[in-house]
Amino acid sequence: MFKHHAKLETNIFFLAVGILLTIVVGGLVEVIPLFSIESTIEKVQGVRPYTPLELAGRNIYIREGCYNCHSQMIRPFKDEVERYGHYSLAAESKYDHPFQWGSKRTGPDLARVGGKYTDDWQVRHLINPRDVVPGSVMPGYKHLARKLDYADIASHLKVNRIVGVPYTDAQIANAKKDLEEQVFADPASTPAVLVSYPKAAIGKASINLVGADPKAVTEMDALVAYLQVLGTMVDFKTVDEKAIRR
Amino acid sequence: MATVEKDSVSGQNTTGHEWDGIKELNTPLPKWWVYVFWATVVWAVGYWFMYPAWPLLNGYTQGSLGYSSRGELSNELEAQKKARSAWLSKIEASDASAIEKDKDLLRYAMAGGKIAFNENCAPCHGSGGVGVAGAYPTLADDEWLWGGTLADIEQTIKYGVRNTNKDTRTSEMPKFGVDGTLKPEQIAAVSDYVVSLASKAPAKGSAGETVYAENCAVCHGEDGSGQAALGAPALNNQIWLFVKGSKDGIAAQVNNPKHGAMPAWAERLDASTIKMLAVYVHNLGGGK
Repeated sequence: MFKHHAKLETNIFFLAVGILLTIVVGGLVEVIPLFSIESTIEKVQGVRPYTPLELAGRNIYIREGCYNCHSQMIRPFKDEVERYGHYSLAAESKYDHPFQWGSKRTGPDLARVGGKYTDDWQVRHLINPRDVVPGSVMPGYKHLARKLDYADIASHLKVNRIVGVPYTDAQIANAKKDLEEQVFADPASTPAVLVSYPKAAIGKASINLVGADPKAVTEMDALVAYLQVLGTMVDFKTVDEKAIRR
Repeated sequence: MATVEKDSVSGQNTTGHEWDGIKELNTPLPKWWVYVFWATVVWAVGYWFMYPAWPLLNGYTQGSLGYSSRGELSNELEAQKKARSAWLSKIEASDASAIEKDKDLLRYAMAGGKIAFNENCAPCHGSGGVGVAGAYPTLADDEWLWGGTLADIEQTIKYGVRNTNKDTRTSEMPKFGVDGTLKPEQIAAVSDYVVSLASKAPAKGSAGETVYAENCAVCHGEDGSGQAALGAPALNNQIWLFVKGSKDGIAAQVNNPKHGAMPAWAERLDASTIKMLAVYVHNLGGGK
């Protein structure tokens, strides 16, 4: 059979059929797994779309290139789980477009950094990391004290909805209001943004930040709100470990 | 059509192709290579049946061994727990003060506590608990905001300070200046008094003393010794967190106070780790 390949290759009809077959097989191998992609997303409770403020913070995270040094993917390895907490689930980044898994750790993984430090620490650390971590090689981000431009925040929610994030019409209509409320509402009250987005961290992060306007939403506020929600949405006490095995 | 000919030097056939007089040898693959190739093909077929391999419409083939990387992880964690259980079960069963009394257990808790401390606590409180001036308290001295006994420390680690946990430690110093409770001259006077208090020579009979007695003593104590239950720092020594002990710094704090905060670690760490942390922090230098 192998001796006859010259015949296949020199006959234009058989060659065309051969090429077609190769492309069909290669294409199917690429395409078929996508039909079952839903089955890779674990069925867990609590994952919600980002609040407008968190989404704005996420945009800053991407703009500043944080992903170049920080991953957001705790792999199912013993050492990583011991250090960072429960391994990351596909479900936890299902509303990330694009996901921020990253592939390089100059700094630590951030998949579960939410709640690990106080807002005050995050702000100090972002302004000059060496103020709190003497050996750090991370650059300072004191320019984040400037005002956040969120005039177009509703469009960001809309675009996310187009690619599959289930923002409701009301959430899109209230985007600007929700964003401001998350910063300025009294944490002791139950602001509407919390009803729409459970577990959102209420309050102004950059309250003591020199050079920031205390009455305005800063980029720092948005970035810290995003960092503080990372990895906190799923309550792993309610997750059946066997059901999420892959 | 190409003609295959025998190469006189190597004794192999050519492919029959020729470009500008250059011909290509058609040397067969080494036998060992071909056998290894077919062996890997056979191996792959075996692999399909034993391990997760092919995507299906609603999932994938699981394989007869029931392997999953996450399942392997939980086995590894289980094995690790078992390996540590000789010590960890004792840590679990004892309260923190009993751990300190048992020399071997203490050594284990100090080692475990140090690792957890470096990962979770050192970003704020510094390596070895040195703290950050103006921001986060030192844990290596005998001055404590929320109490320095083992039980106090364990409580603080578990539930943190001024966070969203329902058992959090919390208190709030009034904004005496911003809220208009005290006039600027009263704030100046009381700041002077606190400076004198801190240098162990309280200015008896001064205007500041009266302001202090009426507004500050209820939390910070008549003699400025503080009150751990409220997280009210002692004012009768030179250890400062936010204000550096100057009159201006104290006045700024009275006017519009800063407050520290700390996460509730019971939400992230297990009870044994928190116990080991409490023991470690208690032994950093100033445990009471």
